[in-house]
Amino acid sequence: MSAALAISKRELFAYFSTPLAYVFIVIFLALAGATTFFFGGFFQRGQADLQAFFSFHPWLYLFLIPAVGMRLWAEERKSGTIELLMTLPVSTTQAVAGKFIAAWVFAGIALGLTFPIWITVNYLGSPDNGVIFAGYVASFLMAGAFLAIGSFVSALTRNQVIAFVITAAVCFIFMMSGLEPVQSAFRGWASAFVVDLVASLSFLTNFDAITRGVFDLRDFVYLASVIGIFLFANVVVVDLKKGS
Amino acid sequence: MSTMLDIQGLTKQFGQFTAVDDVSFSVAAGEVLGFLGPNGSGKSTTMKMVTGFLTPTAGTAIVCGNDVTRDPIAVKRHIGYLPEGAPLYEDMTPSGMLSFVADVRRLSGAERRNGIDNAVDKLQLNEVFNQQIGTLSKGFKRRVGLAQAILHDPDVLILDEPTDGLDPNQKHHVRKLIADMSKDKVIVISTHVLEEVDAVCSRAIVIAKGKMIADGTPSDLERRSSYYNAVSVRLHRDHVAGLKEALGGISDIERIETGDDVGETAHVVVMPKNGATIIETVNARMKDRSIVTEQLYVERGRLEDVFRQLTGDEQGGEK
Repeated sequence: MSAALAISKRELFAYFSTPLAYVFIVIFLALAGATTFFFGGFFQRGQADLQAFFSFHPWLYLFLIPAVGMRLWAEERKSGTIELLMTLPVSTTQAVAGKFIAAWVFAGIALGLTFPIWITVNYLGSPDNGVIFAGYVASFLMAGAFLAIGSFVSALTRNQVIAFVITAAVCFIFMMSGLEPVQSAFRGWASAFVVDLVASLSFLTNFDAITRGVFDLRDFVYLASVIGIFLFANVVVVDLKKGS
Repeated sequence: MSTMLDIQGLTKQFGQFTAVDDVSFSVAAGEVLGFLGPNGSGKSTTMKMVTGFLTPTAGTAIVCGNDVTRDPIAVKRHIGYLPEGAPLYEDMTPSGMLSFVADVRRLSGAERRNGIDNAVDKLQLNEVFNQQIGTLSKGFKRRVGLAQAILHDPDVLILDEPTDGLDPNQKHHVRKLIADMSKDKVIVISTHVLEEVDAVCSRAIVIAKGKMIADGTPSDLERRSSYYNAVSVRLHRDHVAGLKEALGGISDIERIETGDDVGETAHVVVMPKNGATIIETVNARMKDRSIVTEQLYVERGRLEDVFRQLTGDEQGGEK
């Protein structure tokens, strides 16, 4: 078994050895359901698609995903186990990847458990399952992007609560950059190019495009790059701060 | 035997503060090196650099031919390490913990089975094998930490305060374990418990304020003690004055210390000059005067004393 995989296995086990995993999954499923039916107007829309379901995912992730990512490194530093982990024959990259994959798989499990809604919409009508599949992929990628940010922030502190709050704030900024209040703040003085650039950095803009069935590879690439960049930063931070 | 651990000019600075200052030494297989020093002297920092946890500011450590600054992973493969305080994943069981370490170290098949069985057996972890580590006593936690360090039968074993917080029986057990394993390995233990050095170490290095200030066998160090070759006498307190008088005029005697009386018995220590052997002279003089003693022995030198001599002054100067 590769070292990164061994770390993933341990981390995944760690999630399920505390109530966090079960609380997270139950709350996520309950909120995903509630938002879809009450706020999204799933039935009222009269359309056989899952837009009402997916459009609330960024907001759910905003405060749920930081709770998954906050312990990844902060806990290791606080308990001193980081010294144990980083003196085993693993590279920092393997350790960062291993932990991230565990958290991502965990988020994937929670997302996967929303499958009844997919069954429901297929029972009620004949939706475009390709778009639904793309929506799931995009939602999973966005969870990954939030988690990469969370893992990075978690490596900056030994305090999990601080990690949670900062992660949520950073994710919020990433989400909001496509919305009107942020856009109008830029529009006054920046060129159209800058305004578009800021907008294109928004999770919401990228995510909504995919779930609406607009297929643009760039949206996927964007989310994947956010994951890559933050994990790289994560490696750097772990190397810098592990001894302090 | 060959050199398995070679430390060359190892230095670590945190900002302006130099935690470890140009430390060099090498250790051959079969040696048990005691790494001594007051708290904050740089023992743990040195160990953290050797194990690849911290990057040295200058210098390096060569472990079984691998340079820790160039190929830390190869170094880590050869090392078993017990970090200070034996941090463990408290939500796991010893079974899960050892499996995890075996996975990361890529042990499989018989090597893995034997490694785990051997570690569990040596550290007597059977009864708690499937209990959550967080619920275990300090002694068991320390033993789980040791078990994960010896799992892969490493060539170099680095133990940061392995017996800290253990009860006397557990200490004895761990020391015996270290002695048993020392044959073809390099074992480095850091400690500020000096009896440990006597008990298990074949060599001792003293470090203070990041600098190496002594390197030798435990008996070399004891020889530096002002108590080395001192003669300890217990006798009836009425005889103390007679004894002092009898010993007058011996040139090898530095001074005579008198301890507190316990009941009728007094304790007198006759200190030699420069570690000279004075027992014969003292004995002869006492026989001449027919002074009766309850107990008479030669001190081996006190490591505590040497330790304070070597490191105490510098600390005092700091305050």
